[in-house]
Amino acid sequence: MVWGCRMSRAWVFGDDIDTDALAPGAYMKRPINELASHCMEALAPDFAGSVRPGDIVVGGRNFGMGSSREQAAEALRHLGIGAVVAHSFAGIFYRNALNLGLLAVECDETGRIAQGDELRLDAVGGVLENVTQGVALPCKPVPPFLMDMVEAGGLVPHLEKRFGGVES
Amino acid sequence: MARSLARRIIARASGEDAAPGEVVTCAVDLAMIHDSGGPRRVKPILERLGVGVWDANRVVVATDHFVPVFDEETRRIQNLTRDWVKAQAIRHYYEEQGICHVVTPERGHLRPGMFCVGGDSHSPTGGAFGAYMFGIGATEMAGVLATGEIWLTVPETILIEWTGRLGEGVFAKDMMLFLCTRLGMDGGRYQAVEYAGDAVRAMAMPERMTLANMTAELGGQTGLIGADDVTAAHLAGLGVAADIDGWGHDAGAEVEERHVFDASALPPQIAAPHSPANAADVGEFGGVTPTIAYIGACTGAKLDDLRVAARVLKGRRVAVGVTLLVAPASVRETEAARDEGIMAVFEEAGARILPSACGICAGYGDERLEAGTVCISSTARNFKGRMGDPSSQVYLGSPLSTAAAAVAGRIIDPREML
Repeated sequence: MVWGCRMSRAWVFGDDIDTDALAPGAYMKRPINELASHCMEALAPDFAGSVRPGDIVVGGRNFGMGSSREQAAEALRHLGIGAVVAHSFAGIFYRNALNLGLLAVECDETGRIAQGDELRLDAVGGVLENVTQGVALPCKPVPPFLMDMVEAGGLVPHLEKRFGGVES
Repeated sequence: MARSLARRIIARASGEDAAPGEVVTCAVDLAMIHDSGGPRRVKPILERLGVGVWDANRVVVATDHFVPVFDEETRRIQNLTRDWVKAQAIRHYYEEQGICHVVTPERGHLRPGMFCVGGDSHSPTGGAFGAYMFGIGATEMAGVLATGEIWLTVPETILIEWTGRLGEGVFAKDMMLFLCTRLGMDGGRYQAVEYAGDAVRAMAMPERMTLANMTAELGGQTGLIGADDVTAAHLAGLGVAADIDGWGHDAGAEVEERHVFDASALPPQIAAPHSPANAADVGEFGGVTPTIAYIGACTGAKLDDLRVAARVLKGRRVAVGVTLLVAPASVRETEAARDEGIMAVFEEAGARILPSACGICAGYGDERLEAGTVCISSTARNFKGRMGDPSSQVYLGSPLSTAAAAVAGRIIDPREML
């Protein structure tokens, strides 16, 4: 179970984190590795350089608002972010994240997570354990038909099953 | 009980009368893509799947983000776009003709009752035509292009009624900045927002497009305006045969949330950095002295917006120390504005005319705001760093408020200049 219990470090951001911060327009023409190195630069210049694989991004309300550019989710995935947990998501970002195989989980109690807290996410069971603070925070389960897609690696592998894909 | 416009369209597109919260699969009538999220992103996915587009006649491609090309990378993107369109036999290709949200309806691709997706967040603009249109990312778009379908959670309808009439010098942009501030950037809850009431009925299509467009800022999935005589007349003017029956606003329809506002009481609004939800009455911004005034974008540089700006610029000059930039939303709109003498008004006022493209609003090009710039802009978004350096400060206002600030050298109540 890829998204089962794993220990992660929290990167905590506020409400209304926008896609221009996640995927700055000036680098949209560049390859994803370069774009990702500027992820969140306007709000947290040290983020892209210090994030570790498996870390969890924690947002407030309306995470990922703004543009439909899926590089906002792709940049986080490229940096190795294991999941985004937010009070709520902007609709397009939510669909983009799951389509790209990046887990996006809603949690009403993200206010109980501080920067750097150790977290353990059980997305299937719907529990986010804040190990540092010793509390278990309930999460909304991802709908099963979407969870299937995330587990397949996103929409493209899912569609490959339908179309058979191209032999490589 | 009667169904809202959103539910009627989704019922037609999905073949089932599902309730809000249920997941349905809809047949897509039109898919619109641009040069950034379009061919360069969907081509590798379709190749991996071993398929082409499901119906080339239902695909519109417009180049607007990396326009004009300014380096090797942007040239490569445009070449890839052109080659892919040709390979897929897509006829509805608009190269450097303006912003996709304006070009798509002006070329007659939108009609009431259609179910459409766009590879851009401002795709709800199409809702002004009584179509259900919303933005999606490139991978999801590749799925649509491969299958002709998309899943959707049937939305609730949030009805926003504007009673009365807008006062002189107050526009759709002012309404939307007010709504973002009142309801929040997530006030639309990714549901269907429907605009109605006397003030909306009285609006011409370009103003309705601004309402629908900025539903993106309100966090709605789409923004709809029921088709009526104004819609029918506009489409007839474009030579589009359309049937509006069944795609109007139904005052008796079931809605899940309703707000009523008095348009006649609304003064011009300005949104302070760095959010469209930071709006207040224009009178509160008298100390702000922009050095850049930008009239541009799908939501702020259509022909009607240019006409409005020209009202204060005619016979006046831009203040010393201010640069006025005007990027008309489409080539056709530019030509119409030229015929009306509006482009001459801009040039005589000292404005610099930019290409018809997303321009500084998207922040993808080589023209961006420098560090510390204070800007007033008729665009939709003023997120930190979007239009340039993160230290730049962008205020949003109507095209009229933007033009008035350019002339005065400070943000003023534009009604003083009418």
